[in-house]
Amino acid sequence: MTEITLVEAVNMAMARALADDENVVVFGEDVGANGGVFRATEGLQKKFGDERVMDTPLAETAITGMAIGMAAQGLRPVLEIQFMGFIYSAVDQIINHAARLRNRTRGRITVPMVLRAPFGGGIHAPEHHSESTEAMFAHMPGLRVVIPSSPARAYGLLLAAIRDPDPVIFLEPKRIYRMVKQEVPDDGEALPLDVCFQLRDGSDVTLVSWGAMMHETLQAADQLAEQGISCDVIDVATIKPLDMETILKSVAKTGRCVIVHEAARTCGVGAEIAANLAEHGLMNLFAPVQRVTGYDTIMPYFRLENHYMPSTERILAAVKKTLETS
Amino acid sequence: MANSKQTSVASFEVFYSQVLNPQGELVAPLPYFACDTDELIALYKNMVLTRSFDTKAIALQRTGKMGTYASSLGQEAVAAAIGHAMKPEDVLLPVYREYGAMFQRGVAMHELFLYWGGDERGMCYANQPQDFPIAVPIASQVPHAVGIAYAMKLRKEARVAVVVIGDGATSKGDFYEGINLAGAWNLPVVFITINNYWAISLPREKQTAAETICQKSIAAGIPGEQVDGNDVIGARNRISKAIEKARQGGGPSVIEPITYRMFDHTTADDASRYRDPEEVEKHKQLDPIMRMRKYLESINLWNEQDEQQLNDECSAKIESEVKIYLDTPPQPPESMFDHLYAELPKAYKAQRDELLNQEDTNND
Repeated sequence: MTEITLVEAVNMAMARALADDENVVVFGEDVGANGGVFRATEGLQKKFGDERVMDTPLAETAITGMAIGMAAQGLRPVLEIQFMGFIYSAVDQIINHAARLRNRTRGRITVPMVLRAPFGGGIHAPEHHSESTEAMFAHMPGLRVVIPSSPARAYGLLLAAIRDPDPVIFLEPKRIYRMVKQEVPDDGEALPLDVCFQLRDGSDVTLVSWGAMMHETLQAADQLAEQGISCDVIDVATIKPLDMETILKSVAKTGRCVIVHEAARTCGVGAEIAANLAEHGLMNLFAPVQRVTGYDTIMPYFRLENHYMPSTERILAAVKKTLETS
Repeated sequence: MANSKQTSVASFEVFYSQVLNPQGELVAPLPYFACDTDELIALYKNMVLTRSFDTKAIALQRTGKMGTYASSLGQEAVAAAIGHAMKPEDVLLPVYREYGAMFQRGVAMHELFLYWGGDERGMCYANQPQDFPIAVPIASQVPHAVGIAYAMKLRKEARVAVVVIGDGATSKGDFYEGINLAGAWNLPVVFITINNYWAISLPREKQTAAETICQKSIAAGIPGEQVDGNDVIGARNRISKAIEKARQGGGPSVIEPITYRMFDHTTADDASRYRDPEEVEKHKQLDPIMRMRKYLESINLWNEQDEQQLNDECSAKIESEVKIYLDTPPQPPESMFDHLYAELPKAYKAQRDELLNQEDTNND
């Protein structure tokens, strides 16, 4: 078995879904002949034809709305929004329609669609190409928001998202699209949605993160291990609905929690996790919960982006703070 | 540049059609479908039933028995035409004044009362599995129709998506993006842009500098035409033609039926703040029901006795549907969790319990 990158795993999951289910269609801007600007859809049009893998005109609202209509007719649309920064004109469709149709019609019309979008900074991209605004969708009832952080989870979670009977916003951390390779069997096995993945077992502090920041979070855990501090490391993976049970269980064991995300701090998903810890896990805490996040600024253009995104050093400092308090 | 050579590379014409004039006289040969006199009577009955429903709905709102309601007064012909032009296997995506079309397609009156009475079950449509519910956000249903049409084409089905929007909605990007995609992919979809002169308080002439609404189709490379939207025979004919063309693989079209919103935008609106009552009076003379009745009477298909009988039937039907509506108790509060997802995620079960506990406390 060859090792593959995260973006190759995304491609492999779509190829598998297209092969397994004739209702699956993949479309978006430049996804066909060009194979997607990140090559996530490379070769799919050639293999499955241009009726099931389509290049669309440049119209985010219409292609998102179109996915809703397709899903209502029983197709399983998987659409790509080229960058998360271009998703905003589709938000009306996502929130007012995709997320609500099942509820509005009491289950008569459902929307099993997946909207994929690369997100996050760190690749020296042009303006509007580096934001992390996942919390916006995490706030909206009726949606699932899923973020993989490894090739294996990209494959298993995307398959799960495509098979899910409800709309899923699937955000792909593009900074780690090609950062690591991993053996991923193309076995068609989906991973569970709505649950966190425990990546390390430890007893001193719980580190919670998702997406590209898992990389720095794991680096911090490794360095802390060398100093004799053991970390529980949790990849949230599905940020909506949020599996607080796993996080609370971990914090009950460690008594300390550091939440790491690239998105701006205010009303970020970290705030939701911290609030839940305060509501349901306060008595287990030895120290205040720490958040290591992007600042409440506009995502800076790329000369400064590394100053915005949480670094391993910032995570280590936050962990240190939780250890000092007790 | 002043002396540059210019060549005409594109030009367009927009056609307007009418069969029945406001006096109920034929101004064009009867279309083929109208040979079926039962069909003509069915169209008329649909319009009368819709108007009776509308009168009742406004009364229910005014007496506090229903919420805000959008009236279809004056626009009955377009809805009847759409409902009769479509086949059962087609999919309708209405706005909120196409009640006649919805009745024709199996939506029950009490479901519409429930909808405007604040109950999601009013969009459940026990006898209409595929049509989309009423669309409130304006024009956003256009891309849905494009996706539905794509699914139909992909599966090589002889079906058509019919989406309705108003004149104001054609100013929105969703409309332009939708017609453009439908044209680029030659999809089986018909866009019906009902021009009723008013988008709440904004008159048609302030909505766009375009001389007609339907000519917006030209930019998408698809045909567009106007039809007298108060002429149920003409409207039924042109809408059928567009639907059947799409069904045969001939691609999408835009139809602009011209009608008039006789009532306020909704029961929460007061059109006297922005609309000249003389204009409303003028449009009363163009009424779709009056002219069809005159025509049917002129060819001895209808008389006073038929009219009385129809009115009695409509009243009885509406009273029984109102009773179903008023006798329907609200959904239990926890039902707000029932259709959020196929299965309620574990993460939200505690909130459902919280609501149930609160209800228990309230009932103690």
